[in-house]
Amino acid sequence: MVRLEPRRQHSQAMVYLSPVLAIFMTLVVGGIIFAFLGKNPFDALYTFFILPINNSYGISELFVKATPLVIIAVGLAMGFRANVWNIGAEGQLTMGAIFGGGLALYFHDSESLLLLPAMFVLGAIGGAFWASIPALLRTKFNANEILTSLMLTYVATLFLSFLVHGPWRNPEGFNFPESRPFPDAGLLPIIYDGTRVHLGTAVAVFVVIAGWLLLSKSVIGFQLRVVGKAPQAARHVGFRQKRMVWFTLLLGGALAGLAGLFEVSGPIGQLQPSISPGYGFTAIIVAFLGRLHPVGILFGGLIMALTYLGGELAQITLGLPNAVTGLFQGILLFFLLACDVLTKYRIRFGSIAAKGRTA
Amino acid sequence: MNAKFMKRTIAAVAAVGALATGMGTAQAEDVKVGFVYVGPIGDHGWSYRHDIGRQAIEAELGDAASTSYVESVPEGADAERVIRQMAQTGHNLIFTTSFGYMNPTEKVAKQFPNVKFEHATGYKRADNLSTYAARFYEGRYVAGVIAGKMTKSNIVGYVGSFPIPEVVRGINSFMMGAWSVNPDVKVKIVWANTWYDPGKEGDAAKALIDQGADIMVQHTDSPAPLQVAENRGVLGFGQASDMIKFAPKAQLTAIVDNWDKYYVERAKAVADGTWTSIDTWGGIDSGMVDMAPYTNMPDDVKALAEATEAKISSGEFHPFTGPIYDQAGELRVKEGEVADDGMLLGMDWYIKGIDAELPK
Repeated sequence: MVRLEPRRQHSQAMVYLSPVLAIFMTLVVGGIIFAFLGKNPFDALYTFFILPINNSYGISELFVKATPLVIIAVGLAMGFRANVWNIGAEGQLTMGAIFGGGLALYFHDSESLLLLPAMFVLGAIGGAFWASIPALLRTKFNANEILTSLMLTYVATLFLSFLVHGPWRNPEGFNFPESRPFPDAGLLPIIYDGTRVHLGTAVAVFVVIAGWLLLSKSVIGFQLRVVGKAPQAARHVGFRQKRMVWFTLLLGGALAGLAGLFEVSGPIGQLQPSISPGYGFTAIIVAFLGRLHPVGILFGGLIMALTYLGGELAQITLGLPNAVTGLFQGILLFFLLACDVLTKYRIRFGSIAAKGRTA
Repeated sequence: MNAKFMKRTIAAVAAVGALATGMGTAQAEDVKVGFVYVGPIGDHGWSYRHDIGRQAIEAELGDAASTSYVESVPEGADAERVIRQMAQTGHNLIFTTSFGYMNPTEKVAKQFPNVKFEHATGYKRADNLSTYAARFYEGRYVAGVIAGKMTKSNIVGYVGSFPIPEVVRGINSFMMGAWSVNPDVKVKIVWANTWYDPGKEGDAAKALIDQGADIMVQHTDSPAPLQVAENRGVLGFGQASDMIKFAPKAQLTAIVDNWDKYYVERAKAVADGTWTSIDTWGGIDSGMVDMAPYTNMPDDVKALAEATEAKISSGEFHPFTGPIYDQAGELRVKEGEVADDGMLLGMDWYIKGIDAELPK
């Protein structure tokens, strides 16, 4: 008989081992699925996980894809740690793109070196502004931020749609719904020639390091952890919960806004009705994949990005359906959560009586 | 010395030989065709029809061609990578089948001058980048004639995707068809702001039927609005493919996208080296726009629909024949003239009589 026995302390080894185990089990189950689909499982896994990154261009694309996921997830993780559930990063991303991108469109013939930094600032402000609405509603009226932030996402995407169909439509674009291309001064510099790796990727690395320092070394990071894990204790020592709500939502919103700005001033280069394939939502998975830790999120973002790239190649070279990508992400998340059990419990074989002796 | 010379000679001969065989294979090179789809191939609409076209290439060219596709590619930063991966994996003809792929297609086309690209519904062209689209408004005029005859409430429900010229042109053409047989028809339009979202599309259809519409027209890709029409006992039109199996009692006809012939021609052109960059806008006469069988209507309406289709196909009649006024009452096309393609391609105004405001 197999039993789960609670551990007195979380297993430190398992905290690190369980994601590895989860990935391993995903590979095994994925291989079995491929075999059922009539593909050689080793070929398929190779196509999925190795082929996308077996050349420098592939690796560069991995970074491009992971950049927004990592930036957003670091911000979200701060909130999740303090039990602030910002589900609306997609909307904050969109507002960041609108604010920062709007500046680029207003100065569409600018050559100023100040344009890009100003866009950064406005992008972050746009995202933070959008996140401040759920923060206000939560702290003033105790409205659930899960609902308000999620619903504001739709408002933001429709607002972007309105802008590119109407006032911000490219006058030379034959009435198609897209803005003018941004001026060169409003485009992110490419940091590695011949690829699409842009300045935003470097910022993502910086965000990871800064997030790590904030969590582990700063007072506010300590407060975040205490508020999340022991709200009662936090109240006793006088940590103000409202302040945590404001701080995490504004930070998460600003980072999501910045990520949105990076997308439009990086790989896309203009505003258009769809600027993100749901990065704001995928980042929630990435945050948990990385155990709400900035360094873990870096790896989580890369793995998630890899499943997208692999899914595309699996379609091109193996003729597998697109649904396989979603299937893989689902299996990975499932095993990750399942393996979490191992950090809190140990597996015991044998009867309950036997336990008394071994414990 | 001698040995060295011999070695060199052998190497040179071998090189020439390799070159010759290399050239030989280049001439008989197989066509490898890649497709980028915006929706899932199971949408039973837009992407589904493009995939039928892809299968036509395989059926027609047999071993001489191989094809592959990537479905549900978002129209953002991802498109460029997918298109480039296709170019890098040896595809020599790549069809990108949504407007939002225009800029990424143009970018990758510049980087791969030896690969042929074809972009659907866009306007940017290059030596190795063609554009193609179909005159679906011709089919919509025929549908309008049918709707004008079949409606009892004189209210038509229209589910639009985005207010872009393609869709606006369709609404105008449809209404001119309807008014040609029934001047009392009114249209109610709901913008779903999506090309493919069965839930949203279905909700839009329900709202329209609740407002009295007894004919459902859609310019979105899933069969959902037509299915709602079937369930609510009203009539409707299929979109992009023959959707009769989703609505055996409701579908009057469907405006079918038929890319088969075009795709096969273009793949053959690459195979025999005659491919050139062109701009194609095909109508009913080219076979790109097909009308599904006329069903669920009396014989006289069917005859009228067939006659209208024949007149458009033969070029005897153009749906956008003047006089055409816009909502502000301005004369856009003079009596006896037809709208030129430039006007049609950039159409961002409703014709006079449509009681709705175009989202700006």
